[in-house]
Amino acid sequence: MPTIPATDNLVEVENVNFAYDSRQILEGVSLDIRRGQVVAIMGLSGCGKTTLLRLIGGALLPTRGEVRVDGKVMARLSHEERFALRRRMGMLFQFGALFTDMSCYDNVAFQMREHTDLPREMIDDLVLMKLQAVGLRGAHQLMPSALSGGMARRVALARTIALDPMLIMYDEPFAGLDPVSMGVIGQLIRRLNDALGATSIIVTHDVAEALGLVDYVYIMSAGVILTQGTPDELRASDKPFVRQFVHGETDGPMPFHYPAEDYASDLRAREA
Amino acid sequence: MTAVTGFLENLGARAIGAVNRLGFASRFLLLTLRNSGMCLSRFSLVAREIYFAGVLSLIIILVSGLFVGMVLGLQGYDTLQRYGSSSALGVLVALSLVRELGPVVAGLLFASRAGSAITAEIGLMKATEQLAAMEMMAVDPIARVIAPRFWAGVISMPLLAAMFSGMGVFGGYLVGVRLIGVDEGSFWSQMQAAVDFKEDILNGVIKSVVFGIAVSWIAVFEGYDAPPTAEGVSGATTRTVVTASLSILALDFMLTAFMFRGA
Repeated sequence: MPTIPATDNLVEVENVNFAYDSRQILEGVSLDIRRGQVVAIMGLSGCGKTTLLRLIGGALLPTRGEVRVDGKVMARLSHEERFALRRRMGMLFQFGALFTDMSCYDNVAFQMREHTDLPREMIDDLVLMKLQAVGLRGAHQLMPSALSGGMARRVALARTIALDPMLIMYDEPFAGLDPVSMGVIGQLIRRLNDALGATSIIVTHDVAEALGLVDYVYIMSAGVILTQGTPDELRASDKPFVRQFVHGETDGPMPFHYPAEDYASDLRAREA
Repeated sequence: MTAVTGFLENLGARAIGAVNRLGFASRFLLLTLRNSGMCLSRFSLVAREIYFAGVLSLIIILVSGLFVGMVLGLQGYDTLQRYGSSSALGVLVALSLVRELGPVVAGLLFASRAGSAITAEIGLMKATEQLAAMEMMAVDPIARVIAPRFWAGVISMPLLAAMFSGMGVFGGYLVGVRLIGVDEGSFWSQMQAAVDFKEDILNGVIKSVVFGIAVSWIAVFEGYDAPPTAEGVSGATTRTVVTASLSILALDFMLTAFMFRGA
């Protein structure tokens, strides 16, 4: 295992607000991601987790506050500088986002061909090495349409780590996977992070899977960070919200029902 | 009164929306042109798209050209022989095709065969986050995906129109000379004498280039601008065919008015 300088932060999000048009998505979000760690950002669907990832990747810019990656303020970078920084980041999209017109091999080789002048033989070695890391070297000739959901996610993971990024971001890596694939992806996230000496951010609502593999957790709701801590701290927490979230209780501080009028009076009003 | 103001408001909002969209599309075209460097340095990207947009459209273009030419042969002969000038059939067929039918019909076919495919492909790439993924890999989707498809369309369209016209002339020959028995010598020699390179052929080529730019621009823009849903992509594909077809017809009228003023 490589020794990791766990003292400084790779990503710092400071008091960030973000709004689409008039819809406020994030409000005063602050968080730090330490180098070498695997950090989960958890929350219910639609609470602004994915937006946060896009802000860190520089695909969106905050309306207020600052996002710093590796000491650089994303909003102050030029287009070229942002692209240069992105070459050192990888992002796994929710459903893999594999290029459907290319084979698995070409998908993984894509960044190597676009960004490097490596000779063909070396790209060949590297691609097969990355695919071997996710257990799909044998599938390198298949087209994405021939893969199952879990396999597609693994090929996408191989593509994400193609250039050995310093920061790997995962957008709902467990969504829509069977339990076995879920476990495989979870293990891979941890193993690849430690083997590459990278830093990982997982955005997920899959509490059980995530708590088992991450170093630190932020829990979000409705655009604000509600609580944070190590997985053990969260499991032991007696805050009602954290309890509801970690143990998956249907009702609690987060209501089951979307805000509406009283059901009985609503029915009466419709009849009238 | 409120109905009238409501109608006016609605009309105004639609007009502003349309102008906004045109402005957005124009900026998008500029962005595409500015990011076209990769198309030159890696022409294989364009060549691949020329295969999909151009080569795969060949069958429909050639077959349509043949039939349009054969119909021209029949109709042209029917009219010309009343005035005893059926030997001018070659001129009629060639001029109709080179000046108008070649660029216009090939353009309409190109819009529905290749334009719709380009829109659907780009729209689906957007809906499945492939474009976002590319951007996160520090590869500009405008340069890597949009520009090659745009230039492939611009290059393919005039070639397809030329092949359409060529096939049409052959169809006219088949019907006029082989089937009906118009004199072969006068068919070709009158055509050769009457079709002017600059006045007819070059103007036809200019038309097909303009149509190629219009169709490709509309197709890539509609795809890139499509809402990332199933309805969004299907709506964008339909809009490509409708907008591109109407643009071709309107542009054709304008170009014809400038080119053939009866000089």
